[in-house]
Amino acid sequence: MISVETMRIAIGGLLANKLRSGLTILGLTIGVASVIVLISVGTGSSRTVQASIQSLGTNVLIVSPSFSIGGTEAALSPPATLTIADADALQSSFNDPDVKSASPVVNASSATMVYGGTSYSPSQFVGTTPSYLTAHDYTIAAGSSFTNADVKNRNHVIVLGPTVVQELFNGADPVGDTVQINGNNFTVVGVTASKGTNGTTDEDDIAMAPITAVQDTLSGYGSINSITVQAKSSNDLDAAEAEVDQTLETQLGTTAESPGFSVTNQGSLLSASSSTSSVFTTLLGEVAAISLIVGGIGVMNIMLVSVTERTREIGIRKAVGARRSDILSQFLAEAVLVSLFGGIFGVVLGIVGSQFTIAGVHPVIATYSIFLAFGAAVATGLFFGTYPASRAAGLQPVEALRYE
Amino acid sequence: MRRPRRTPLISRRSAEEAGLRRPSGPPRRPRYVIALEDVHRVYTLGDIHVHALRGVTLRIERGDLVVIMGSSGSGKSTLMNTLGCLDLPTRGRYLLDGIDVRHYDPDDLADIRNRKIGFVFQSFNLVPRTTALANVELPLAYAGLPRQQRRARAIAALEEAGVGDRIGHLPSELSGGQQQRVALARAIVTNPSLILADEPTGNLDSRSTGGVLDLFARLNNEGRTVVIITHEPEVAHLAKRLVRLADGRIVEDVRYAAVGDPAPDHARAVPG
Repeated sequence: MISVETMRIAIGGLLANKLRSGLTILGLTIGVASVIVLISVGTGSSRTVQASIQSLGTNVLIVSPSFSIGGTEAALSPPATLTIADADALQSSFNDPDVKSASPVVNASSATMVYGGTSYSPSQFVGTTPSYLTAHDYTIAAGSSFTNADVKNRNHVIVLGPTVVQELFNGADPVGDTVQINGNNFTVVGVTASKGTNGTTDEDDIAMAPITAVQDTLSGYGSINSITVQAKSSNDLDAAEAEVDQTLETQLGTTAESPGFSVTNQGSLLSASSSTSSVFTTLLGEVAAISLIVGGIGVMNIMLVSVTERTREIGIRKAVGARRSDILSQFLAEAVLVSLFGGIFGVVLGIVGSQFTIAGVHPVIATYSIFLAFGAAVATGLFFGTYPASRAAGLQPVEALRYE
Repeated sequence: MRRPRRTPLISRRSAEEAGLRRPSGPPRRPRYVIALEDVHRVYTLGDIHVHALRGVTLRIERGDLVVIMGSSGSGKSTLMNTLGCLDLPTRGRYLLDGIDVRHYDPDDLADIRNRKIGFVFQSFNLVPRTTALANVELPLAYAGLPRQQRRARAIAALEEAGVGDRIGHLPSELSGGQQQRVALARAIVTNPSLILADEPTGNLDSRSTGGVLDLFARLNNEGRTVVIITHEPEVAHLAKRLVRLADGRIVEDVRYAAVGDPAPDHARAVPG
């Protein structure tokens, strides 16, 4: 119905009032751009959360002591004391067939490393067993990991993340060098490959040493901070969690109501976070959709003004032979053109806007949002342009010609 | 707009009469371009009925130059709208070029106006911010003519109207007289059966008036049927036939020259 000729007339109509057309286009541009940017922010933040959950490792359960409310008296029971022995108990292939490894973890939070004249405090200083590296997807880029023998023999050896190497050794190969940690000498045996940042923490800013050595020198022999349990596969994660619960309750002498520890299941965290973030993204999208509707009402408003202003012109066109459909398509074409331009500019602005970090989130453009926003803009123009256009088409030529 | 027009809902007989069926041979043309038979037009405003036309019977032959005069409130404008198919009679029959216009819907009337009538208005009524050429092309565009043909015919019409050197100008860049000439070019570009002018000189100074009236005379001499509605005596001098309207009725109908004669000189002394 809409031909080249109609388009030419419509473009003429838009150019006749550049400022007004421009402002209407701007309204739609903002609507479309905000849909794209906000959905990008939503997608970006959900990626960040998922990445940080993923960075916990693959198929990992984390057992940590915690308060628990339960039992018949609904009393608050104190957190249990976890020990290396508890971690060892989880390794039993009879009681815990789905557990691949269990690594006890102590965090030495205030460890300061000194090498030459440089000192540095990594954000994570972990005393653990070699299986921890596997569970958390750390691979060795230079040297080697510490071994179970190192753990057993309380050897003062250490594996560093690339960030620590950069800070302390200025990027030089540190394997074989000795660093001082709170006055104790540790020999660097390996450097991990870079894992990069997961969005919130730098995973390369880490130092890992045998748990026994860390207890000897830094943390003391009290309770350990957590146990990292790796299941045999992601399908075994829930089974492994049940086995861990069972074993530890027996080990610690607690009940299921007040176990004294909690198990963080990476799989359930992931699904919870993805459902949360999809709600979040939808919410952002809805907020943006409102601005798109406001833009659409702007189109309608301007088209109504335009129809009223050009009543006489419509009368002339009808007098010289324009049919209702000619007038209808002329005004509809104007509305669609406005929204088309608004859509194009909005997509460009949205893509540009999504390149910046917004509120600490690096937005990730969702391709569907571009088509969604663009399509919605054009549909908006069509929808909100229909009423003014049909009003123009329905004008009586005699009345329209008489209009001043 | 380049698309085939829907064939108007016209009976075979009247369609042939009207020449709306294009395919073969020159269409048979009826003798009367306009035939009004006892036309009434009543406007209803709430409980009040205003009789604008109270039984007008009028026949206008092809090639005639008719001036319709009347004071305001005489039903002039209503008659103009009726003749121009912009408005339909409440009662009575109107045959335009043999087509009874009463039975058509607004779209078919638009087609009829497009093919049969060239309008000239008091206030020129050119589409603003649109060049003279585009204004003249407009009826052809709505008729679905290809661009090239449209352009050629529009330029020819503008040249005939004496504004061939103004084709790229906007209406706001033209004097009143020039605008009215462009409007005349638009009126003749479709080669209509009837040129219908409503107070064509009402907004013009006397010099422009003379030029525009000369143009009307020339168009009539080329065989075009011209109907001018006015209250200005000078325009009346142009008439081959003068019809006076009062209170919705024809009160006087005088012929000054035969239909086949050349158009009278509008600058001569007052007739009668």
